[in-house]
Amino acid sequence: MPTLTRWFLKSAFLYLVGALLLGVLLAANPLFPLPDFIRFMGPVYFHLFMVGWISQMIFGVVYWMFPIVGRENPRGNELLGWLTYICLNAGLLLRVVGEPAVALRPGTGVGWVLVISAVLQWLGGLFFVLNSWQRVRERGKL
Amino acid sequence: MPRLSRWYIRAGLVHFLLGFTVGALMLANKGVPFYPAAWRWLPVHIELLFMGWVVELTLGVAFWIMPRFWRKPRRGNETGAWLAFLFLNVGIWMVVAGSLWPLTSWGKTAVFGGRLLEAAAAVAFAVHIWQRIVPRNFIPPAHKQ
Repeated sequence: MPTLTRWFLKSAFLYLVGALLLGVLLAANPLFPLPDFIRFMGPVYFHLFMVGWISQMIFGVVYWMFPIVGRENPRGNELLGWLTYICLNAGLLLRVVGEPAVALRPGTGVGWVLVISAVLQWLGGLFFVLNSWQRVRERGKL
Repeated sequence: MPRLSRWYIRAGLVHFLLGFTVGALMLANKGVPFYPAAWRWLPVHIELLFMGWVVELTLGVAFWIMPRFWRKPRRGNETGAWLAFLFLNVGIWMVVAGSLWPLTSWGKTAVFGGRLLEAAAAVAFAVHIWQRIVPRNFIPPAHKQ
């Protein structure tokens, strides 16, 4: 299993744990007095699960298992793969911070955190598609 | 990777990028509002990423890696899987179009028709893949003669 895939998969499991722990906090919020920002974390919970867990698992397995494209760079452009990982995770973590911050302090300039988060995640998605497209092929080529 | 899987997976990648683009625009709009009607696109975002990306990729990979038969046709009768590809993609775009105008009668009809096609896709793919969910060394009756 390539190094990048291990990073994708291990990060994905951390997000799964994080998402489910956040789910516990969201469910506990009506029962116990918790910090105010918790009630704005609903979208974060969902995206930790769908982007952090499911998408990242897919990205890691696609990079690992899809047909190879050549002898020198069997899995396509490895730099693009790492940029996918960095952009996706940086963007998602910024969302974790930015989403409740924007809800608690609207119009204070903190909204730009969400803009940067959106751009980073989108770039991560774009890099993944660019690198994976060439590997959707009939069979591995050596 | 067989041709049909390549179609499924490439369609999935296109839907993924479109769905991610819509999501990024909605998230950016949440931080710095620039388009008040951005939330209208939420059902499109969900449809493209759930049905268009996750389901489409899953079906494409399943068609590729599920057990094959020893003799041709190695993947059995592929008609159901091809029909599923057609139904699913037409269905997704009908739902997407209908979701943008949810209060109009044609929008509601488009969503309904799209969901019907998506369900038909599931049935067609299940009919195809059923024959391939078999133990090792399974010989289908048609290959025994």
